[in-house]
Amino acid sequence: MTATTATSPPRTRTSLRGRVSDLLASRPKLLALVLVLPPLLWLGLVYIGSLLALLLQSFYSIDEFTGLVVPEFGLSSYRELLAPANMDIIVRTVTMAALVTLASGVLAFPIAYYAARYAKGRTKAAFYLLIMLPLWSSYLVRVYAWKLILAKEGVLTWAAEETGTLPLLDGILGLPVIGGPSLSVSYIGTFIVFVYLWIPYMILPIQAALERVPRSYLEASADLGARPAETFRTVVLPLAMPGVVAGSIFTFSLTLGDYIAPQIVGPSTYFLGQVVYVQQGTAGNIPLAAAFSVVPIAIMAVYLTVAKRMGAFDAL
Amino acid sequence: MSERASFLLKLMAGAGLLFLHLPLAFIVLYAFSTEEKSYQFPPPGYTTRWFAVAWERQDIWAALTLSVQVALIATALALVLGTLAAGALARTRFFGREAISLLIVLPIALPGIVTGISLRSAFAIADIPFSFWTIVLGHATFCIVVVYNNAVARLRRTSPSLIEASMDLGADSFQTFRHVVLPNLATSLLAGGMLAFALSFDEVIVTTFTAGQQTTLPIWMLTELIRPRQRPVTNVVAVFVMAVTFIPILAAYYLTRDTADVAGSGK
Repeated sequence: MTATTATSPPRTRTSLRGRVSDLLASRPKLLALVLVLPPLLWLGLVYIGSLLALLLQSFYSIDEFTGLVVPEFGLSSYRELLAPANMDIIVRTVTMAALVTLASGVLAFPIAYYAARYAKGRTKAAFYLLIMLPLWSSYLVRVYAWKLILAKEGVLTWAAEETGTLPLLDGILGLPVIGGPSLSVSYIGTFIVFVYLWIPYMILPIQAALERVPRSYLEASADLGARPAETFRTVVLPLAMPGVVAGSIFTFSLTLGDYIAPQIVGPSTYFLGQVVYVQQGTAGNIPLAAAFSVVPIAIMAVYLTVAKRMGAFDAL
Repeated sequence: MSERASFLLKLMAGAGLLFLHLPLAFIVLYAFSTEEKSYQFPPPGYTTRWFAVAWERQDIWAALTLSVQVALIATALALVLGTLAAGALARTRFFGREAISLLIVLPIALPGIVTGISLRSAFAIADIPFSFWTIVLGHATFCIVVVYNNAVARLRRTSPSLIEASMDLGADSFQTFRHVVLPNLATSLLAGGMLAFALSFDEVIVTTFTAGQQTTLPIWMLTELIRPRQRPVTNVVAVFVMAVTFIPILAAYYLTRDTADVAGSGK
């Protein structure tokens, strides 16, 4: 080590490699620019380019006789979007997304609350893993699991028989609109699958928000005479709200765009994502598919603006 | 505020976790069922023969090979691009920094179907035929963020004095990167790479738009789910896919668990 300090290298290098190295070391902004260029080019070309292509396609139309895309600017795809049948699909999807978000919030809160407040050490690590594993594990397998469970001859019917609650299950299936021949082909089934799929996205931000609530706030609230329920309602819940809103961004957005879960578990009526898929595929109507997929983008843009106002981004 | 959770809270938290995990147990159970035609529960009998049947199926092997190839190349691309982006954005402040970090997250923040149909329209406009590379293109795009998240968290915690010390001792920028920065990043890159692999291996929504007639393993599964041909074989593949995605996720967790930035908290 002493030898290297004694023969300290010259500060300026003359080789090309040395000069490039010196230039980058002395100009951090230049270094950042050089580093960011490849990913920026990739995302700019592939991703932004594609989004623009999507937007462009949405203004094209399809020739009704030849079935070919007419590359002329117009609003016919958007006009088609307003047809009652298509509006139904949009309303149905948004309603589902709202209900799924609500249910995920209610179910996720106790898990997040326990993980943030009471779980310590190994339990906390276990909680983290148990929440994270489903988040990353196979999406298709998780949808498929519910096809098995909700099938007419499946687990749920068996459980209802064993517990003598079969009349209740039949009663639920007999309900108009949301019922059906079996849960796996009803809206209730689709709803359960969505909640199951997206709930980890709701737990993590709520947990993060709750972990930032200082314990002293709760003690202060108790000292001032609030009962635990009051403390929860007036201190904990408001402070957790940004986390809930942050989680709802995911549950809402993911439900809006999903087209696979309702295809596997649910009735044969379409959700937004399915129309996009069918229009671009078998129907070959990319302009209408593009216009349809602008809908979730627009809805999410509004949603994100509101969420930002509520401070949801600090909780991410 | 009491230090112990109330029974009701414990019950709800426990039930919630059960809700998250119990369904996967049924997948494993069904892979051993002797019943072929329905999802009958409880299964009338148990057998391991479906594993042998699945092993013999050429279509599954072909789909698996394609999925692994796509995931490997997409992960490699994401590793390079994600690390570069992290290096640029971790410490230096410059104009457009916020916009770039948003751009990196966007492919995963927007619904997958938007990414999918966007790529599909771009391929249509540019007359690019579907190929192996169109799948890779889509996968690499949404995998960048995973590597980026892991690398940027590690870089922010690495002290800049390490780099200064290396430079003071006479190393040039490249040597410093090779001998100081890279070893520091190694585990976070490994974790990010594994998560990216798991994400790509399992991806189906974007892939259906970029694959054309090609069949990756998730697309094979999707086809079977919509039009079941041999349900028990699908169950076996589902168990296999579950195992293949669990392993890298757990590995990524253990690689980074001692640090403040645990991999996987943001997808």
